[in-house]
Parts: sequence; structure tokens; C-alpha cells
Amino acid sequence: MTIMKKDTSHINSLENEAIYIMREVAAQFEKPVLLFSGGKDSITLVRLAVKAFYPAKIPFPLMHIDTGHNFPETIEFRDKLVKELGLELIVRHVQDSIDEGKVKEESGKYSSRNSLQTTTLLDAIEEFKFDACIGGARRDEEKARAKERIFSVRDDFGQWDEKNQRPELFDMLNGQIDHGQNVRVFPISNWTELDVWSYIEKENIEIPSIYFAHKRKVFLRDGLIWSHSEFVYQEDDEEVLERMVRFRTVGDMSCTAAVFSEATDIASVVQEIRDSTISERGARIDDKRSEAAMEKRKQQGYF
Amino acid sequence: MEVLKIATAGSVDDGKSTLIGRILYDTKSLTTDKLAAIEKTSKQKGYDYLDFSLATDGLVAEREQGITIDVAHIYFSTAKKSYIIADTPGHVEYTRNMVTGASTSQASIILIDARKGVIEQTNRHFFINNLLRIKDVVVAINKMDLVDYSEDVYNKIKADFSELMSKRDYQDQKITFIPVSALKGDNVVNRSENMSWYTGQSLLEHLEALDKKDIFNVGTPRFPVQYVIRPKTEEFHDFRGYAGKVYGGELSVGDDVVVLPSQTKSKIKDIYFYNEKYQTASRRSSVTITLEDDINVSRGDMIVKEGDLPTIDKQFTANICWMDSTQLTPGAKYVVQHGVNKVLAKVDKIHHKIHPDYSGIETDVTGLKVNDIAQVTFKLNKPVFYDQFKNHRTNGSFILIDTQTNNTVGAGFIQ
Repeated sequence: MTIMKKDTSHINSLENEAIYIMREVAAQFEKPVLLFSGGKDSITLVRLAVKAFYPAKIPFPLMHIDTGHNFPETIEFRDKLVKELGLELIVRHVQDSIDEGKVKEESGKYSSRNSLQTTTLLDAIEEFKFDACIGGARRDEEKARAKERIFSVRDDFGQWDEKNQRPELFDMLNGQIDHGQNVRVFPISNWTELDVWSYIEKENIEIPSIYFAHKRKVFLRDGLIWSHSEFVYQEDDEEVLERMVRFRTVGDMSCTAAVFSEATDIASVVQEIRDSTISERGARIDDKRSEAAMEKRKQQGYF
Repeated sequence: MEVLKIATAGSVDDGKSTLIGRILYDTKSLTTDKLAAIEKTSKQKGYDYLDFSLATDGLVAEREQGITIDVAHIYFSTAKKSYIIADTPGHVEYTRNMVTGASTSQASIILIDARKGVIEQTNRHFFINNLLRIKDVVVAINKMDLVDYSEDVYNKIKADFSELMSKRDYQDQKITFIPVSALKGDNVVNRSENMSWYTGQSLLEHLEALDKKDIFNVGTPRFPVQYVIRPKTEEFHDFRGYAGKVYGGELSVGDDVVVLPSQTKSKIKDIYFYNEKYQTASRRSSVTITLEDDINVSRGDMIVKEGDLPTIDKQFTANICWMDSTQLTPGAKYVVQHGVNKVLAKVDKIHHKIHPDYSGIETDVTGLKVNDIAQVTFKLNKPVFYDQFKNHRTNGSFILIDTQTNNTVGAGFIQ
């Protein structure tokens, strides 16, 4: 038996807060789901959920909205994690929404399936009657996300009414909703990118290999490093280079840019983040569309 | 490394967003891409300076109108501490947002425009900081560059504010005055070279020096049960764990405890955090507790130390801050959420409205409007286990939920 006091230093207090939120979700909602992208934030969420309910299993399934343009490493990782923890995984495909004619594939130089995910997500919420969707969004990521609540109510259309949000006081989370509404829950709202990485290091959490420096075929456009892939549109004069890169954030291949890096282990990744002068979403192609890109997508029901 | 949550309060144009932007800039927390965006937009707007408010105002409408609409959370860290700033709007309907921001904060910054001095809004900002019992308050007298960095102006404002301080309820609150220019960077992170008459710390130096014991309220341990963990697996066949967060103090293995409302006595058997057992669970840790006896405990129950019971009652009187556009009237019913416990409540009596500008109280009140603060008695359909807010910030507070819209419509501080 360990005889020691739990210390409540910075990262521990964030962990305690997130575990508290996970438990509130399980207690207040009938059909919660954890939205899992295979990225480091949702992997962190899974770890927090495991801790929150030990020795019981996580009392809700994971759901992946698959754009079909994933990094293969992410999918491999996802399946391994689910198997190891004995979790239930639901996958819904953007391709199906396209085939059903609900959304139209974008075309051209900056085409991406990122924003098409919203339709697939909202359909899945309706299909399974989920009343709470746990996500890994953080307030430090982006300006519109800085205004987000921990329990964020969405209407029947999945829309975010940013000017009319419920106040959140003390630790009290009000999860009362009407039939048809659902709540997006953000347990790591108060974590920064560095906090997530420090936690991954401290807890020795396994993450997909693309987060570490590796040799990859890339091309340069608008000062960003794009993956050379069948899913990413590339002009003829955009030269393919082979470089040591890693990803700081993992979305689908068409919206995630890489960074040059030599960081091949977690300690050097943490150090790199600490020293970085570019923000995490500085390498997100989807946010570069306009100053209000995220706010607009959120209003429509995006994560 | 600790984390410190700070609430901010200021009127429109007092430069609150600029102050926060300045802190981010001078602590090198703004990344190159964010800074480039600020430079670009400032130039487009024709400014000859960097508009740091662009770093925080996140919604399109806010950037268009140049105001802050909703509470935003801003993160930065130094070698010593991690900080979360709750940036709350300064316009008239600020109360709801300010109470919200202050409810999770341990320290607070009140901004005063040096040219305007203490105005009615300042009274209100201070009142709320006092109502919420924020332990450490900095009064930042901003725009000193526009009053020629005058010591007389600073002293006058300090004297005016000190008059307010004599009226406050919570006298133990620590208040520090700092003359600053957020736009020029005086005394925000770095000490000013323009005000040699001021020998105190810069704003950030002050925050860096705050110690845990200066900012956290400690009381009696309370353990509201959030969730009952019953794995029903072979290995943990009879496991019955009570998951929750410890508030106010510590709980240890072997402690004699009482479970409320049944008042059944037991002893703490084990304290789990994930798969490890601990001897003691500290304040604000999310643990799982098992008891020596096999008793029936469910969500909303509370585990407390024997001999240290809270008040158990089917009514309480509280100062409430009303946050909804509908009126609160006597006889109306709401859901009271007290921690994780929900009970139905009826407004028994509105005793009086409290003017948050320190101009006194108003009796004969028939209803409360948005942003009103009043003393109200509630009758409850089930007993709750509470402490007075002044003794226990967590177990002495609650929120009111509208039974029809499900919105959070008020916050209360039990007397």
C-alpha cells in the first residue's frame, strides 16, 4: 500500500477536474458517447475515463466519425486501443453521407472532408439518440473555443448558440436538457497543449507514431507542410520532398499540416512544444480559411 | 507548479482586453502566428499601435463591435505558475458573467480608468468580488499614461476606493493597488520607468508571489457522492465504490464517517485513485472511497466526518444573483442544484434586494429582474446538507435551474 498524499500540483488538479466531469456525464445522462478521433486529445480523454470509473469499465462507447482520409497509423492505433481496453467502438463514415447525397465532396486546391464530418456526426447522434457527446476540444486551441462551456447545450439541429450560453458556476454542471437536445462535454477545457503533452509523458500513454518525427513525402504550400497523399490535391509545380516531420495535431490528411521536427520521443516532443513560437492550430489548414472559421463551423454543429 | 484562476472586472473601454493582451505579450505567451494576426488586423484598422484586445475577443460580433460579450478563458504560464484568466464583459449586464467568472477564481483584478476614477460600476465590481469572497483583489488603475503618470491621480483614486472598502462585508479580503498602463506596458509584467514614485510590485510580480494559503479557502471536509462504481466482475465482485471529489479538507483511511441523509455511521476502508490505494485524499482530489460497512449510498448523498456535520434542513436563506430575463417571484418553483444534489425548491420569501453599488437595500420586493441580487428564503422538497457560504465556498453555494427551460437562472450563497 502506498503511503503518500496525493499532491495537487498543476497537472493533477486538471486531472481531478476532468475525472469529476467524466463522472458527472455518466451520472447525469442516459446515453453518453466519447467522440474519438485517434488524436492525442481524445486518447487523453480515454485515459481519463479509464481512471474515472476504475475498477469498472468505461460506461459509454467511443464513436469515430471517419472521413476516409485518415492517416493509416491513426486507424491502426484506434483499433488496438479499443481491443486492449475492451471498449465498444462505433464508426460512422463521411463517405456514406456523400453516397447518400447529404453532403457534397469539395473540389479544388484546398478541398477537405473536415467540415463534411458535421453532417455525419449529427446523423449519428440522432441514430443512437446520444444525449451527451464527450470531446477533446480545449479552450486554449482557438478563440471561439475559448468561449465554450464544459457542458455546452446544442439544439435539435446540433447548433451552438454562442451568445446565449448557460452560465457555469463553481463546480456545478447543469446537464438538464429537453428531448432532442444534446450536450457537448469538454472535460479537458482548461488544459493547454503543453498540459496534454506533459500528461502523456507523465502517464506514459501510447500515441500514434505520426506524432513523432519520421521521414515523410511532403510538399510546401502557403508556408505550411502538406502531406503528399492521394487524398490531398497537389498542383503539378508543387514539388514532392522527403523530410523529417511530425504532426502536432491530427485531423484528416487534407486539413493537417506537419512541422519539421527531429523529436523522436515524448521527452523531446514536450521540449519542442515548450520552445515553440507557433500555436498548435497554426498548422491547421481548416482554421486558415478565415478569422472566424472555427466559430462558423461550431454554429453548424462541428465539434 | 500551481494553477491560479483570476477573474477580471472593468467597465467598457477600461482596457481589460488590452491588459490581458499585454500580459500575454510581455510573458511571451503570444505565438508568432497569433502575433502576426494581431499586427495585420491592427494595421488594417489604421492603428499605430498593436491592438492586444484582438488576442482575446473571440466571437465575430465582439471583434466587429470591439467589445467582449461572453466569458473567455485565457491561458498562460510562467516558470512558477499556470494561470487561467476569466475575461468577463464590462457592459451593464455584467453581473451574470462576472459572478460566473469569479465563482471559480481565487484572485481578481478590478480595472479603473485613471481618467474617470471610481465610478458606479467600480462599486458593483467590488461588491461582487466581496460577495463571492475572492481572497485576493488587485485594483489596477489603468491608462496612467493618459494622466501623465500622476501620483496625485493615483492617490485620489486609492482614497476613493478605500471608502468603498469600509462598507464591505468580507473584511479579510486582501486588496492591492497598482498603477498601470496596459497599452504602454507599465507595471503590468515589467516595472514602470515612468512612475518612480511607485515602489510596489508589478501586476504579474504580485500574482507570482501569491501563495496557496493566501488564496484557497479551507474548511471542513465534505464528500458528495457523484457516482457509485459497481464493476460486477469476478475480480471485484463485491466492490462498491463511491466516486466523488473531496471539498474543504482531507479524508483519510480509518476516519469515522456519517453518510447523509441516512445518518448511518461507518469507517473509510480504502481510498482509491485509479488502481492505487492512498492513505489520504487531499482537498479537491477526485477519488473513489469504499466503506467498512455494506450500506446503501447513492448519488447526491454526502459522506462527512463524524462530529463535523453540516446543517441538514428543508429550507435555507441565501443571497442570490438572478441571471435570467424571466422574473423570480414568491411562490415560484425551481430546481436547486447544490453540488451534485438536485431538489425542488419554492421561493418562500424575498426579504430584500441588495443594491450592488453599496447604496443600501430595498424591501417590499415583488420580483427579481436579471442581475438583481437579493436575500431569499427557499423551501425544499427534500433536505439538503449545507454549510454557510462564508465557511464553505463549495458546500455553501448552489445554482437555480428553470424547470421549464432547464436554463441556469441564478446562483446562491447560503447564509
